[in-house]
Amino acid sequence: MNIDKFKPAIIYTIYIVSTPERVWQALTSAEFSRQYFFGNAVDIDLRVGGAYVVRTPDGALHISGEVIECDPPNRLTVTFNVNWPALIEKLGPTLVSYEIEPVGEVVKLTLLESHDRPLSDDILAGGRSGWPAILSSLKSLLETGHAPVIQMAPPPQMLAALKAMGIETP
Amino acid sequence: MPKPEFIYVTYIETAAEKLWEALTSSEFSKRYWFDTELKTDWKVGSPFALVMNGTTRDVGEVLEFDRPRRLSYTFRHVLSEEARKERPTKVLFVLEPHGKLVKLTLTHEDFEPGSKLLDGISKGWPAILASLKTMLETGTALSIPPAALAIEGFQ
Repeated sequence: MNIDKFKPAIIYTIYIVSTPERVWQALTSAEFSRQYFFGNAVDIDLRVGGAYVVRTPDGALHISGEVIECDPPNRLTVTFNVNWPALIEKLGPTLVSYEIEPVGEVVKLTLLESHDRPLSDDILAGGRSGWPAILSSLKSLLETGHAPVIQMAPPPQMLAALKAMGIETP
Repeated sequence: MPKPEFIYVTYIETAAEKLWEALTSSEFSKRYWFDTELKTDWKVGSPFALVMNGTTRDVGEVLEFDRPRRLSYTFRHVLSEEARKERPTKVLFVLEPHGKLVKLTLTHEDFEPGSKLLDGISKGWPAILASLKTMLETGTALSIPPAALAIEGFQ
């Protein structure tokens, strides 16, 4: 897949008291992700071209994609397509990158959500509200051993915008 | 073109009152904000200054002080000649209870097009707010070397 035409629409940086290896493990294992990612289980085949899948707590397929860049424990890029009918046809694929960098005694984690076309603020509201919650919880998990549960519904303006584009949401 | 602004959201396992205290008292800010003191009496209209290791870096005026919900001040960087020429920007913190956590939303806006300051604060705020979250949740703030942020004039 050619990722040159993708541009970051959302960038979120967070600093975590941890090691790059632990952050990498937290991003790529279901055992961790269930705790900080709204109960969702990440399943990833860690090689370029490998499958990337996220399942909801009831086991349903939520996000599917493939590994585009895999440089443990520094950089991971996957396609990150929410499994709602017609979403990928209407919005194009979503690319998610994690950059992990040691900074003194802490780790700088940068999340980039990129798209191959401009998307409206209403559509981007999903990522803008979700990523800070997910990554805040991940940070707490790695620093305190406990991930706070952050309840969150999809933003109404995003659901309305998707519906207007003919994309079905649960 | 997107509006020149910086928005950052984080969720902190603490009470809104404690977070408010951390955002408004030098005793706390010195611990999580690169040894920065907040010099102000917090009355709306009063002068406000961020003083790091004895050097005044940023100045402004208190716009809102609605404990423990909304805190706002104008913000002008005074250390560089270039930044001094830019118009004052605006910082707003909104604190909202979210289950057992507090959702903290920082909005820093009113930048001039091509603002030098916007680049610097976009690198600075995530480190400051991550350190604040860690301090409130674990009792110890982060130690991030200032030079690691790669902000011009911030060592």
